[in-house]
Amino acid sequence: MSDRPKLAVWKFASCDGCQLSVLDTEELLLLAERVEISHFLEVTRAVVAGPYDISIVEGSVTTAHDAERIREIRASSRALITVGACATAGGIQALRNFGDVEEYRRVVYARPDWIETLATSTAIAEHVTVDYELRGCPVTTRQLEEVLGAFLAGRRPAIPAYSACVPCKRQGTVCVTVAHGTPCLGPITQAGCGTICPKYTRGCYGCFGPSESPNTAALAAQAQELGVERPELVRLLRSFNADAEAFREESKRHE
Amino acid sequence: MSEPEPEVKTIHVEALARVEGEGALRVRLRGDKVEDVQLEIYEPPRFFEALLAGRSWLEAPDITARICGICPVAYQMSAVHALEQVAGVEVDGQLGALRRLLYCGEWIESHALHVFMLHAPDFFGCADAIELAKTQRVWVEKGLRIRRAGNAILALLGGRAIHPINVRVGGFYRTPTRAELEPLVPQLTGARDEALESLEWLSGLDFPEVEGDWELVALVHPDEYPMIRGRLGSTHGLDLHVDDFEEHLIEAHVEHSTALHATLAGRGPYLTGPLARFALNHERLGPLAADAARRAGLRGPTRNPFRSILVRMVEVVQALDDALGVIAGYVQPPRPHLDPAPRAGIGRAATEAPRGTLLHRYELDAAGTILTARIMPPTSQNQPSIEADLVRVVEAFAGELDDAALTWRCEQAVRNHDPCISCATHFLKLELERLP
Repeated sequence: MSDRPKLAVWKFASCDGCQLSVLDTEELLLLAERVEISHFLEVTRAVVAGPYDISIVEGSVTTAHDAERIREIRASSRALITVGACATAGGIQALRNFGDVEEYRRVVYARPDWIETLATSTAIAEHVTVDYELRGCPVTTRQLEEVLGAFLAGRRPAIPAYSACVPCKRQGTVCVTVAHGTPCLGPITQAGCGTICPKYTRGCYGCFGPSESPNTAALAAQAQELGVERPELVRLLRSFNADAEAFREESKRHE
Repeated sequence: MSEPEPEVKTIHVEALARVEGEGALRVRLRGDKVEDVQLEIYEPPRFFEALLAGRSWLEAPDITARICGICPVAYQMSAVHALEQVAGVEVDGQLGALRRLLYCGEWIESHALHVFMLHAPDFFGCADAIELAKTQRVWVEKGLRIRRAGNAILALLGGRAIHPINVRVGGFYRTPTRAELEPLVPQLTGARDEALESLEWLSGLDFPEVEGDWELVALVHPDEYPMIRGRLGSTHGLDLHVDDFEEHLIEAHVEHSTALHATLAGRGPYLTGPLARFALNHERLGPLAADAARRAGLRGPTRNPFRSILVRMVEVVQALDDALGVIAGYVQPPRPHLDPAPRAGIGRAATEAPRGTLLHRYELDAAGTILTARIMPPTSQNQPSIEADLVRVVEAFAGELDDAALTWRCEQAVRNHDPCISCATHFLKLELERLP
């Protein structure tokens, strides 16, 4: 038996990208010295029974079976951390929450009756108590290391909730909105990605979700001044964090 | 007196490990004969083709990337090429070369992940790469360094390794300067040396003797080992323009899977991926990769799916060599992208994702709004052939292996094809049922 904390990684509806970030965290071999990897199907066929000290959950809930499975995982986990836009806001697949899932099922499958799905794609926190939500589509390995390190040390993770404009200004990146008139969700999006998009001369598309107290109305007004038409504005707000509250409510005002 | 009925056994792997995404496997055996095999893909569907309808064509590369966190560039590349076909533009020259460099980054990281972390442990009877590292640490560490070299290309040129942000219809948002690409050279050169050493190490493994009779399908291009362009060719004489794929590659919905099953019209199951690419294109490998393949015992096409680990490593050498070639010949283009105007029409494209051919088709209106989208990922094309492989593997080894070893061998038979279940959910549990 091992006295290292037991770590489990769970997948729900998702692309596997955030799990891959766990694999790349401080090198898997070093991580494996600090924790006992007890359930991580993408990496190992060895499964250790719960309870687990830390569960990391990727993906959103889209089936009745998964809604039940997350309750079982919660019950066998001391701490539960959700990672990525799917687990924290429903992901791109939450676009169905604004449409008709029956239509979706018919478009993709010849026998829609064989496909079991819920009408919505929802964040894990809508189903169970979550101890920490880490944002991003995908999450960064740097932030993931911080969160894991914090939970292993028994402290709060130091992850800023301010807007992406803060580090963007600090780094001296040219503002794409001011300099080129490019619509950018940076002012209402949480920092953490490394403000990559403006560095590549494109506008932020919000993959880290809403920042703390985002002024979405001001952002929408400015985008419209830049010539963004309402349907485009709705699409801009509705991508990988479409069902995050601040983005969702602002998008509804422009439908 | 009649002979006693042979015993029935079921192999059931409830949740397959070391594959991307979630699925299960069920095999029913009567004596040594397989009665039924089902690769179950229970990954919940995310309905990408439906949610793309109504979105702008310019959003397709970012949205389709989210189908797979392991091979997002494949989705971005098939998407932009199909959309550029609608607009009637071709992205070539240095912009085309940069796209190949980005795709090389993905082949390197994805193949290195599969070879060292997901596939190699099976050959040593290890549950995972962490256990493998207890006896083979130097090789696991080489694998991690090769993977990092691929990720370094993606991070520099794409902005980040997973879901790169720098790909757009018409080219890139920003192209690197020559000076920005230069620091990659020592890392890629080191990784290429380690990939050559690793191939030699892997060629000494014991490969179970099984041969598949699949029809192998891949892009074929007269001038290059295929990645982004070419016609669809096969080992049985298929030669198609990608525009005609829908008439020949037929998808069907089966009850045990959220992945659709594909077959070749009038011919049956087929297999895409490294074995197919190598069989159809090995003559167009660069001299370094071609020589490495020969030294690893790959003197021509191989039909042993367990040896796919060697072919993947040859492709890693090729991709590292290619990437260095692109950098050596790079001149920053005057503009980062063309400005194609949207127009109404239909566009199709196929590119070679690490795990096989990935086909996209889009129908746009005059404003560039996506009306319909169709995506055929490699794993849904390969699923019927993977099931056929399982029959072969179980029948070849049911006599000599106990249930636990046979179950493991079945899992390995699935991992041979590096299935990406997240991609294919329109896909895997293993259940071995031995009937009396």
